[in-house]
Amino acid sequence: MRGAEAFRVALDALRANRLRSLLTMIGVIIGVSAVVLLVAIGSGAKQEVEEQVEGLGANLIFVVPGRFEFGSAPSVSRLELEDIDLLGRVAGNPDAVAVTVSSGEPVTEGGEEAFATVAGTNETVPYVFDRPLARGEYFSEVDVETRRRVAVLGSTVAKTLFGDVDPLGRQVTISGVRFQVIGTFADVGSTFGVDRNAEVHVPVTAAQRLFGVDRIDALAVKAPSTEGIEVLQARLVEALEDKYEGEEFSAVTQTQILGTVGEILNLLTLVLAAIAAISLLVGGVGVSNIMLVSVRERTREIGLRKALGARQRDVLLQFLVEAILLTTVGGVIGIALGVGGSLLIDRFSPLPALIAWWSPVLAFAVSVGVGVFFGVAPARRAGRLDPVVALRTE
Amino acid sequence: MTTTESTSYSARTALPAVEAVEVTRSYRLEGLSVDALRGVSLRIEAAEFVAVIGPSGSGKSTLMNLFGCLDRPTTGTLRVGGADVSALSDAALARLRNETIGFVFQSFQLLGRTSALDNVALPLVYRGVRRQERRRRAQQALAAVGLTHRAGHRPTQLSGGEQQRVAIARALVGEPRLLLADEPTGNLDSHTGAEVMGLFEQLNSERGVAVVVVTHDLDVAERAHRQVHVRDGLLERDQGGPRR
Ligand SMILES: Nc1ncnc2c1ncn2[C@@H]1O[C@H](COP(=O)(O)OP(=O)(O)OP(=O)(O)O)[C@@H](O)[C@H]1O
Ligand SMILES: [Mg+2]
Repeated sequence: MRGAEAFRVALDALRANRLRSLLTMIGVIIGVSAVVLLVAIGSGAKQEVEEQVEGLGANLIFVVPGRFEFGSAPSVSRLELEDIDLLGRVAGNPDAVAVTVSSGEPVTEGGEEAFATVAGTNETVPYVFDRPLARGEYFSEVDVETRRRVAVLGSTVAKTLFGDVDPLGRQVTISGVRFQVIGTFADVGSTFGVDRNAEVHVPVTAAQRLFGVDRIDALAVKAPSTEGIEVLQARLVEALEDKYEGEEFSAVTQTQILGTVGEILNLLTLVLAAIAAISLLVGGVGVSNIMLVSVRERTREIGLRKALGARQRDVLLQFLVEAILLTTVGGVIGIALGVGGSLLIDRFSPLPALIAWWSPVLAFAVSVGVGVFFGVAPARRAGRLDPVVALRTE
Repeated sequence: MTTTESTSYSARTALPAVEAVEVTRSYRLEGLSVDALRGVSLRIEAAEFVAVIGPSGSGKSTLMNLFGCLDRPTTGTLRVGGADVSALSDAALARLRNETIGFVFQSFQLLGRTSALDNVALPLVYRGVRRQERRRRAQQALAAVGLTHRAGHRPTQLSGGEQQRVAIARALVGEPRLLLADEPTGNLDSHTGAEVMGLFEQLNSERGVAVVVVTHDLDVAERAHRQVHVRDGLLERDQGGPRR
């Protein structure tokens, strides 16, 4: 019997038991669509994070106290304002160093209130982080030195507090202290789920007094280029560790952050896919089950076919093709549902979803594999039936 | 194709269709041994028309299954179409069944969801004949049993006699040398049964097919040229002989 014939016979058999075929397929459909969907969500999350980190700028080095490791507790910072000059000397460009100390604070104006990430920074931020302004200007070195109470608002903060009114020159209250608005940021995306449009920047000196601290959280250094960036990283850390004896510091580039985050998200995707694969396995067991029932029901047909000249392998092929057909049709439906579901989620939910080209291909291959794996046992049983005995069954 | 068929036709006239020497067949059932055949020697020539008669449980079906290469003897030698059945693999037996033998069963054994035409064409599937050609030959076989007008019907839409004629057409379609029928008229009334026997006679005389028919009905048996009586797994009587 040729493959085409086996295919036709299998198709007829599945059609004859439409409802049962469909119910059997549901296991595979759920499994495959779950795999496609969850992998899409995992890849989507990864892509979004990568885009965000890339959005931070190409040759940025972040300098933080302690070790840069996921899972390690954040260290108490002993960094101070003078470190700007120290790192500026190491980098060979004092304008390339930015600083932050930040805290979540309510910002109010009139009756309106916005909860913002208030970041104390210095005048180099627009250059170091490539943050363009929509209106007004960023504060100057003098503003930082004189601890002027001026603020640059992120777009959502400005919108919440002032609506369509131009906020320039107006006052906002941060933790009870009044600041004058001198600029607003252009719209930007979010980083690690933090909406950067909800930031308010004030001079770092003013922020330290506002928060009642004299430390800073982190420094950022813009390298002239990605070339030799590792050397600069090492020298930055070395300079700080010379100054603060016994302390550890880390200098990480966004590439390194990307790598670490990517690993975690790959693991997440893998775990999601594994969970979905279990349901696919259950679907496969269902296929095996139904095929065994089908073989028993059609014992006489098998006996007849053998009596008329079907060899063991012809019968085996017929039932194997039937099982594979069941799982691949289920697989294709599952892929369609998974892809459709991913698109819907991407469009209508806050979760990003990305269909990697390999995930439907893999899902299809796995469905075929499930059919072969779970179809072989019933098909062999069918192939081995003794025609005399089989013909006699009722 | 045509040349091989004509050579096999000349070969079929030379060799006996079936040759059994001291054939036994025992079944083991929970340690108990049932001897369904206890030493049968029988030679059926090409183009013979034989009836096998005997009481229930005497071993007639067992004998037919052996002749039909569905089963192998426990001891003894059985040659079908010149080939030693015991020496052949399962696949070779399947091929022998497919090419040399036509079966007609008491219970018709048609595929219920399949049209008469496709039922008839089924043996050709396992011979690797293309679909078009299968259908053409199945049409011819249906015409030979007078059922051209029922080609598209399913077995459930046919009368018992029509179903048995479809089954006969299926047995014919592969142009076998040996036609085996185990109580083909058992489920039919005497008139329809006589029609079926008429078809066998026609096949035997016109195409030179050896026909072996198991029957309880003595009137049916009378129409064969030779009557083989089986009792308790042994040949009891062998009347008549090959037509010369
Ligand atoms: N598969 C089997 N397993 C065990 N015993 C069997 C088997 N097939 C047949 N027998 C036994 O072998 C003997 C002969 O059976 P067989 O079917 O050949 O009889 P039969 O002559 O065809 O009878 P009937 O006229 O009722 O069809 C019986 O005693 C039967 O019980
Ligand atoms: Mg019988």
